[in-house]
Amino acid sequence: MTYLDFEKGLAEIEGKAEELRALARANSEMDVDQEALALDAKAAALLVELYKNLNPWRKCQVARHPDRPHCKDYVEGLFTEWTPLAGDRNFADDQAIMGGLARFDDRPVVVIGHEKGNDTKSRIERNFGMARPEGYRKAIRLMDLADRFNLPVITLVDTPGAYPGKGAEERGQAEAIARSTEKCLAIGVPLVSVVIGEGGSGGAVAFATADRLAMLEHSIYSVISPEGCASILWKDAEKMREAAEALKLTAQDLFALGICDRIIFEPVGGAQRDKDETISRVGEAIRGMLGEVDQMDRESRRAARRRKYLDMGSKSLVA
Amino acid sequence: MNWISNYVRPKINSLFSRREVPENLWVKCPACGTMLFHRELEDALNVCTSCGHHMAISPRDRFRALFDGGVFLELPVPVPVADPLGFRDQKKYPDRLREARKKTGEDGAMLVAEGEIGRLKTICIGQDFAFMAGSMGMQVGNAIIAGVERAVQERCPVVLFAAAGGARMQEGILSLMQMPRSTVAVQMLKEAGLPYVVVLTDPTTGGVTASYAMLGDVQIAEPGALICFAGPRVIEQTIRETLPDGFQRAEYLLDHGMLDRVVARKEMREELARLLRLLTNSTPPVFGDLPAPEAIPALPR
Ligand SMILES: [Zn+2]
Repeated sequence: MTYLDFEKGLAEIEGKAEELRALARANSEMDVDQEALALDAKAAALLVELYKNLNPWRKCQVARHPDRPHCKDYVEGLFTEWTPLAGDRNFADDQAIMGGLARFDDRPVVVIGHEKGNDTKSRIERNFGMARPEGYRKAIRLMDLADRFNLPVITLVDTPGAYPGKGAEERGQAEAIARSTEKCLAIGVPLVSVVIGEGGSGGAVAFATADRLAMLEHSIYSVISPEGCASILWKDAEKMREAAEALKLTAQDLFALGICDRIIFEPVGGAQRDKDETISRVGEAIRGMLGEVDQMDRESRRAARRRKYLDMGSKSLVA
Repeated sequence: MNWISNYVRPKINSLFSRREVPENLWVKCPACGTMLFHRELEDALNVCTSCGHHMAISPRDRFRALFDGGVFLELPVPVPVADPLGFRDQKKYPDRLREARKKTGEDGAMLVAEGEIGRLKTICIGQDFAFMAGSMGMQVGNAIIAGVERAVQERCPVVLFAAAGGARMQEGILSLMQMPRSTVAVQMLKEAGLPYVVVLTDPTTGGVTASYAMLGDVQIAEPGALICFAGPRVIEQTIRETLPDGFQRAEYLLDHGMLDRVVARKEMREELARLLRLLTNSTPPVFGDLPAPEAIPALPR
């Protein structure tokens, strides 16, 4: 278990309970049940308290939690017959983007998502979920494929942002993102999206432009990282707490602004504490969102998707 | 159309610039250091007469040089919610907006105009770097949509001059949503079979480059313009290498296949007149200083 800085108190209590149990295992004479149970109860109460009202910066930390379920976990948990499809047919296969065919409730679908990796080796392979142009071009190819064969598209968003690298720029990072967003708005099949962790700027928009967008309770979606915003507007990257507050990047704020269509509640203590439960709730949300747009014909679905974006901006968080 | 929250009264642009005589009569070229007399620089459309360096130019000045007779009709842009997030950094967002309006004399970072270029009716949309670094707020999205709707109605092409430091952070996610919003507008234009020409100027970066500024039927850039998604400083910090000379400049992008053409500002009028008439299957253009059209373009309803 990885603990976040604001979970220090929790780490101590859980650590003590664990220690007691270890002692008891080593020494059968000892009876620590009562004490350990009391500590468990204390930890559980603290967890509820901590997560009841996470401030925006803490939400950023939870959204980036390394133990959170990632795209790969959802693919394994929600889909059958997963058949990854690789490459942009031009330059490379971008491992930061998972994409392929699968079945969702027995129905064939196309799945596209950012994958951050879960250990040093896979994080490097996945480039920490930061896609290069090839990743977006692979996504474009798969969306075209879905559109041709009338398969719904499900996207899972989890990226710090598109990769700011030399090669990525030379090969047209901006153009690739623009075309991916354009493709999201062009296809006639259902397109539903879930922000499962970090929705980082343009790199997220390229997939999150959808008929319906859901966000996990402690996920974020933002025009810029709080650190980036702080260093530009406050001239001090350490002011990320203030920036996170000001940017209104939480699922709750985005719901109020009409950008996100539903919030998926996370288990107490965040998605990282109960991956299976989180994954199944995300599955429920995908089922629900697909149900809302399934019955429309291609043209009206596409028109409604475009209208949704044209109409954005009428709501305000300020009275 | 319910996204229109408020109309601005349309106004005919006068032949006079709103700009007062600048405080400094002499401007130093940031590229070669030559001192340039302000009037001479204005006549050269803010291009250094010594080294050809292209400095920023306001959309209003640009449009005066571009449209026949220097006459154009400024189109109304629906006014967005002023401060949807109640954003405050070291300053309040409404204060920053007020300063930008005072400094530029414009309502927002994007100006939309209708006029004729080489006798072809054209909608021009211009981004003003002097207005909060041209950043992409809701007014920018509204302007693009308004311009496109007018173009579809009039069945005429759109030329968009991009210039932006990126997103309008003070509008948070609503700034980011201008990427898909503006993309819908570009699609409306394309589906109506009308040309969309993008002119990238110095600098065009971030979410602007990654949406409407890269979706043109023809992509032109001004010489030396910085055009990128991630800025050179961010890249250097990430890869810990020094970047090659000219990296992310217009000529570099042309070499890497990301642009159609690099065109100097003083050639832009003839370039666009020719290009738009080719794309609209019209007769060849008449070049030279055309007078203003007989009639000021009809006011939009
Ligand atoms: Zn010079």
